[in-house]
Amino acid sequence: MKGSKKFKKGITIFSFLLPSLLAFSIFSIFSIGYSFFLSFTDWDIITEPNFVGLSNYSNILHSEEFWKILGNTLYYMVLYIPLIIIFSIGVAMLLNVKSKAIGVFRTIFFIPVLTSWVAAAMLWRWLLSPYYGPINAILQVFGIPGPSWLYDSVWAMPAIVLASLWKDVGFFGLIFLSGLQSIDPAYYEAAEIDGASKFQRFRKITLPLLSPTIFFVLIITSINSFQLFPQVMIMTQGGPFGSTEVFMERIYSYAFKYYEMGYASAYSWILFVFIFVFTILQWTLQKRWVYYEA
Amino acid sequence: MKRKGSVSKVVYYVVMIALSFFMVLPLFWMITTSLKDAGALTAIPIEWIPKKVTIDSFRKLFEIFPFGKAFLNSVIVSVSITIVNVFSACMAAYVFAKIPFKGRELLFGIFLITMMIPGSVTLIPNYLILRSFHLLNSYLGLVLPSFFNIFGIFMLRQSMRQIPDDFIDAAVIDGASQWKIFFNVIIPLSRPMIATLFVITFMGAWNDYLWPLIVLTDKNKMTLPVALSMLNGQYSTEYNLLMAGALISIVPIIIVYAFAQRYFEEGLTAGGLKG
Repeated sequence: MKGSKKFKKGITIFSFLLPSLLAFSIFSIFSIGYSFFLSFTDWDIITEPNFVGLSNYSNILHSEEFWKILGNTLYYMVLYIPLIIIFSIGVAMLLNVKSKAIGVFRTIFFIPVLTSWVAAAMLWRWLLSPYYGPINAILQVFGIPGPSWLYDSVWAMPAIVLASLWKDVGFFGLIFLSGLQSIDPAYYEAAEIDGASKFQRFRKITLPLLSPTIFFVLIITSINSFQLFPQVMIMTQGGPFGSTEVFMERIYSYAFKYYEMGYASAYSWILFVFIFVFTILQWTLQKRWVYYEA
Repeated sequence: MKRKGSVSKVVYYVVMIALSFFMVLPLFWMITTSLKDAGALTAIPIEWIPKKVTIDSFRKLFEIFPFGKAFLNSVIVSVSITIVNVFSACMAAYVFAKIPFKGRELLFGIFLITMMIPGSVTLIPNYLILRSFHLLNSYLGLVLPSFFNIFGIFMLRQSMRQIPDDFIDAAVIDGASQWKIFFNVIIPLSRPMIATLFVITFMGAWNDYLWPLIVLTDKNKMTLPVALSMLNGQYSTEYNLLMAGALISIVPIIIVYAFAQRYFEEGLTAGGLKG
């Protein structure tokens, strides 16, 4: 009797977990193993895969292209990450006031977050049109000759950064806003009594207490930046002259345009290693600057 | 003191309105472009407000591409993914929150570890798995991976843990089965978190691009982002057409947002986790 009850409980647990377990085993566990296996093969998806050992990895690491896309990705990160953090904190501080209009402002900053990247990237391609787009038209009003943006290998990546800032600032602004709102107002009151200036309060109270949020945003934005994709696909397709080629765009092209499944898989594992090492590095470095309230 | 307050208030509003202007300008440009005819696209100086307002671009959009179909496809796909995703997560989360068994925490740990593996690694094998089951170009194939949603499990587990055990014990004494408890006690008490997951999963599915791009290659099955990216390639200079399409794709999500703003913001702030 007791045994059958236990058996029944096991069946119940199993049935509750079944959908998740099934999808997890196939699309995560098996998939990860399969991808790892593929990365050691040469496979055109039609004939049988050939085992080629580490040659995909060594070919990638010895290719000029790899170092170029790594450089492009790091360039994007160097521009995007500091700017998105600064702007988002700014937006969060502006939204962190009591005002009747705040709901409207919140919504305005949030609409780009709601749009799909495909729609947003198409829009930005058009906004940045050198002759017929409004951005260069506005620059002209101030007497600044606008660049060719996406058609210029120097300006294409900054243009993508610009579009990403517009799209993401509302999202990270909201995250920083919840960080700001969790700071105890007593700190500011005490500082004010001590005669601390606004800047001192920001420097000595806001920043340290916001540092865990900054750390969190830093981690997410780095992971996302390594996997930059729709912006590039819609706005430049990697051009001009490969100046915006990035990991995901290459992986997509190798796998689904040239059907080099093994090479593409190896690329995805190299990308994983970069993301992993970068994340670990940030975790170890956080001790030096992230302040956790005891 | 009062004067200083009102000056800083003015400065505040000037800054806010300037920033809002830059945030809204692109959307304004999207709307006006969609109402232009082809000639107005290359007008110099640019027409901020179209001299001749027309909805030809919308008409043409539906003529050259099964765009209405794409819209419907997006609705079907996003709703299915959302239901599957949240429901499956609810079921698993109930066990992880309330039904202890040997190895439970280990299993949860293994689930969590896979969050470390970026989607880029599983993309190619998942495509190949669907291919070998002949599930490419099918919504079933597109939806299947959504049955596992660690983020949803994690969030729901947190909220289900708050439910007092007494509620469950009382139901057990009344002779209710685990399924009955799940549907009559757990689900109703987790409603806020379920609603939150619902809206953010819906938004993610509605806007998702890469996975549907590789799974759906049949024109008649494409979702909006995939359809738009195809138009973007084929009609790359007909911006009135592209902006009309982009606009149509944005409207539903903004409507959902208007009705569920709180859930959106809560979900996405917590959802930052997911990255």
